[in-house]
Amino acid sequence: MRFGVVQFPGSCDEVDAIAACERVGEAQLLWHGDHDLGGVDAVVVPGGFSFGDYLRVGSIARFSPVMQEVAAFARDGGPVLGICNGFQVLCEAGLLPGALLPNASLRFVCRQVGIVVVDDETAFTRACARDEELSVPVKHTTGRYYCPDPVRVVFRYTRGANPNGSQEDIAGVANEAGNVVGLMPHPEHAVDLLHGSEDGMKLFESAAEGALAR
Amino acid sequence: MPAETAAVPGVGRAVALGLTREEYALVCEKLAREPNEVELAMFSLLWSEHCAYKHSKRLLRTLPTEGARVVMGPGENAGAVDVGDGWAVAFKVESHNHPSAVEPFQGAATGVGGILRDIFAIGARPIAVLDSLRFGEPTSERSRYLLDRAVAGIGHYGNSVGVPTVGGEVYFEGPYETNCLVNAMALGLARRDDMIRSAAAGVGNPVILFGASTGRDGIGGASVLASAELEDDDDSKRPSVQVGDPFTENKLIECSLELLERRLLVSLQDLGAAGLTSSASEMASAGGVGIDLDVACVPLREDDMAPFEIMVSESQERMLCVAEPGRVDEVLRVCEKWEVHGTVVGQVTATRRMRILRGDEVVGDIPVEALVDDCPLYDLAPEPPSAPIYAAPRAILEGGRSVREILLALLASPNIASRRPLFEQYDCLVGARTARRPEQADAAVLALPNGRGIGVSIDGSGRRVAIDPYRGTVEAVLECAANLACVGAEPLGLTNCLNFGNPEKPHIAWQLTESIRGLGDACRALGIPVVGGNVSLYNEGADGPIYPTPVVGLVGELPNPRAAGRLGFCREGDAIALVGAFSPRVPGSELAKLRGEALPGELPETDVAVVRGVQEAIRDAVRAGVLASAHDVAEGGVLVAVAESCLAGGIGGGRQGGIGARLAGGIGARLDLGGDAEDLLFGEGTGGFVVSGSRDALRALPDARIIGTVGGDALEAVGVSWTLASLREAHAALAPLFP
Repeated sequence: MRFGVVQFPGSCDEVDAIAACERVGEAQLLWHGDHDLGGVDAVVVPGGFSFGDYLRVGSIARFSPVMQEVAAFARDGGPVLGICNGFQVLCEAGLLPGALLPNASLRFVCRQVGIVVVDDETAFTRACARDEELSVPVKHTTGRYYCPDPVRVVFRYTRGANPNGSQEDIAGVANEAGNVVGLMPHPEHAVDLLHGSEDGMKLFESAAEGALAR
Repeated sequence: MPAETAAVPGVGRAVALGLTREEYALVCEKLAREPNEVELAMFSLLWSEHCAYKHSKRLLRTLPTEGARVVMGPGENAGAVDVGDGWAVAFKVESHNHPSAVEPFQGAATGVGGILRDIFAIGARPIAVLDSLRFGEPTSERSRYLLDRAVAGIGHYGNSVGVPTVGGEVYFEGPYETNCLVNAMALGLARRDDMIRSAAAGVGNPVILFGASTGRDGIGGASVLASAELEDDDDSKRPSVQVGDPFTENKLIECSLELLERRLLVSLQDLGAAGLTSSASEMASAGGVGIDLDVACVPLREDDMAPFEIMVSESQERMLCVAEPGRVDEVLRVCEKWEVHGTVVGQVTATRRMRILRGDEVVGDIPVEALVDDCPLYDLAPEPPSAPIYAAPRAILEGGRSVREILLALLASPNIASRRPLFEQYDCLVGARTARRPEQADAAVLALPNGRGIGVSIDGSGRRVAIDPYRGTVEAVLECAANLACVGAEPLGLTNCLNFGNPEKPHIAWQLTESIRGLGDACRALGIPVVGGNVSLYNEGADGPIYPTPVVGLVGELPNPRAAGRLGFCREGDAIALVGAFSPRVPGSELAKLRGEALPGELPETDVAVVRGVQEAIRDAVRAGVLASAHDVAEGGVLVAVAESCLAGGIGGGRQGGIGARLAGGIGARLDLGGDAEDLLFGEGTGGFVVSGSRDALRALPDARIIGTVGGDALEAVGVSWTLASLREAHAALAPLFP
């Protein structure tokens, strides 16, 4: 099982994402200018920032050459996980429905939150139980999910824990096929009790299970 | 000679730029002629207080700087200590007070950016930021504005650059109303073998500028802003505030570290205050060489910039390095990969002169020594004030209030209320090192690659130092060391930022002199070397000087970050003890402030050796895992410390090592303090800790008094019961400031 973790100029959570992936398999960086994915089995578009996000978040990163490869990989059913800024990039790239708007507070918020797994059949939740609660941190300024159309919801914030005013407490969604998942919380920051929680491992374990099943 | 072709600006211009007439005469003597515009601009900056430490250098030389674990001490871009297995931790704190008072968002943001560059300039990867903030009372609209924008600026830069903000402190006091303080501290991690110094070497070696292009932002920042008192027309100084670009800094960090990893550089230096002028001349001075710089080679944002503007611009996110000629292409390729400008702008010479060229024309020529070493140092004329300097604070809690009301008022006081609305605006997690985040423990804890950990804390109570500069500064060091003890960390090194008023005034000189004496004595008594620091003077506004505010940052090590202490009670039935020979007093405390009492004439003396013994006992008990919680008694006194430990019970206590954001409520405590003496409940002093654990474990600690039991849903003491909900509501008093 080999993960590819995309690095844009200005990325900052790619190191944590690689470390999380390496707990269940191998991982390598994919530079934003790359034109191939090096044969990886799954792609993580990590959190942090891309190109400084001085324009609408993710709107420049989606034009990076590597994103064309990620889109083709996703169309072929390859598992793709977008975390925070990665979620924003996947929405900008049209790989996931909807958009992320500025938090209702208009402020950056970094906080441990509870999320509930509402769909345990995606590429990144098959190791979870339905209605299972995970403790993971959020840290973002632009995490208020909005989508006017019906959408495949994967995670919701627990009651009262919505940190950003997201529609229907949505924390993460998938494409129709369930192979592309995006979420605002950071599972890669919750893979070791040293940092407070290891619940985030479930997402990476799910991807590894899926690779075995293929 | 350049001076003969260019117009001579003269002494009037020198005085306008901040030099005294005597200093100008000395400049002329060193040059054997009058300086031209470029040279005068360079002198005015390097001979400013901010760059030359001319009023503090003699005092700073009295501080202890030696220690077995010191890797780099004062004089380099940052200090560093050995943390074992070939690793070193670099750290430094620096002020960005005056820029933040003029434009708080960019002032605070670039404060973070600047201190980060000091860290990676010595080859260390930045791993954490902490901040120390001081504002006027939040009842003032201006203070709320400064707080809001400074916090947003710190978050903007730190979050985007990808370095976690793991801790900090903020206090609100009237004397900071016009002159707020924004101090930022950064830590970095380096392989000892990969670290680099700033000394230029190798005659003929090219000097390369890389990073952002150079614009007019920040021109004259060091002299105009940092070395003069603030006045009413500060809008006119706004162009002197730099604008930060954390995206570029992120690339600059990766670029610099890759250059060092590939061993392509001879020396490296960041561009901070006074821009190219100070970094080039300090590199030349440290290496005993000269440097020729061609301003025509510097990439500019605006193409009509004059040579003096290019030399003094404080545009952010720039670095200067020296490389061997054969390595230049490789250096420039690394710059290209990270999409930052890299340009050869000069070369190392044997002349020991800074020569500034524009193409073939020499526009400035100064002996390095005159610029860097010959600034006159001044002795202070300290004199204790004959009458109180600071007005009594406005009373907001009348006398005759009950214990119930007093505790709630203290918890809601801006200096004690939860900092959650601030620190939630900072990413405290990026980098996967944070083992204790804000409000989990008295100090932040970071895991190191060798399996060990470091604890880090920043502290300093200006009000206590205003009462007694010597004892107040001793207290600040002890308080910071107590924070480390509570996580099980042993101090390795100290950095400091000395924020004071105008040192040319005798009573400010006295505050500074006494404070540095206290800092030195406390460090010697605790065996902690001072590895670096920063001085910020002239912190005065129309209403007078700030409280004298020495901010100390301590870094310590602990063998196992997984066993680091926590501040919250977590087990029903645990005993609670007050540890330490602790004799707190209300005068000078937060309660006295709420009552509008004037500052008392003195602070009680502290026996540092005794406090050190207690701290070591707490540290050992935390490391041994026998304490469920440890929290030092600080602002608000014992009852506030107990309440804080109750409220933090939900964080990290409920499940093994977990985060308690999902846990409802905490654990109340039943207290028996044997009386309702106000001093014991609400008084302040150093050397006291509130800990919980088994009775036997607590009894083994020095001067331990068992004062209660953990359990229930309320805090009960002296016949009063507070529900956790009521404590939590009071403690959340800062939330309305960030709607």
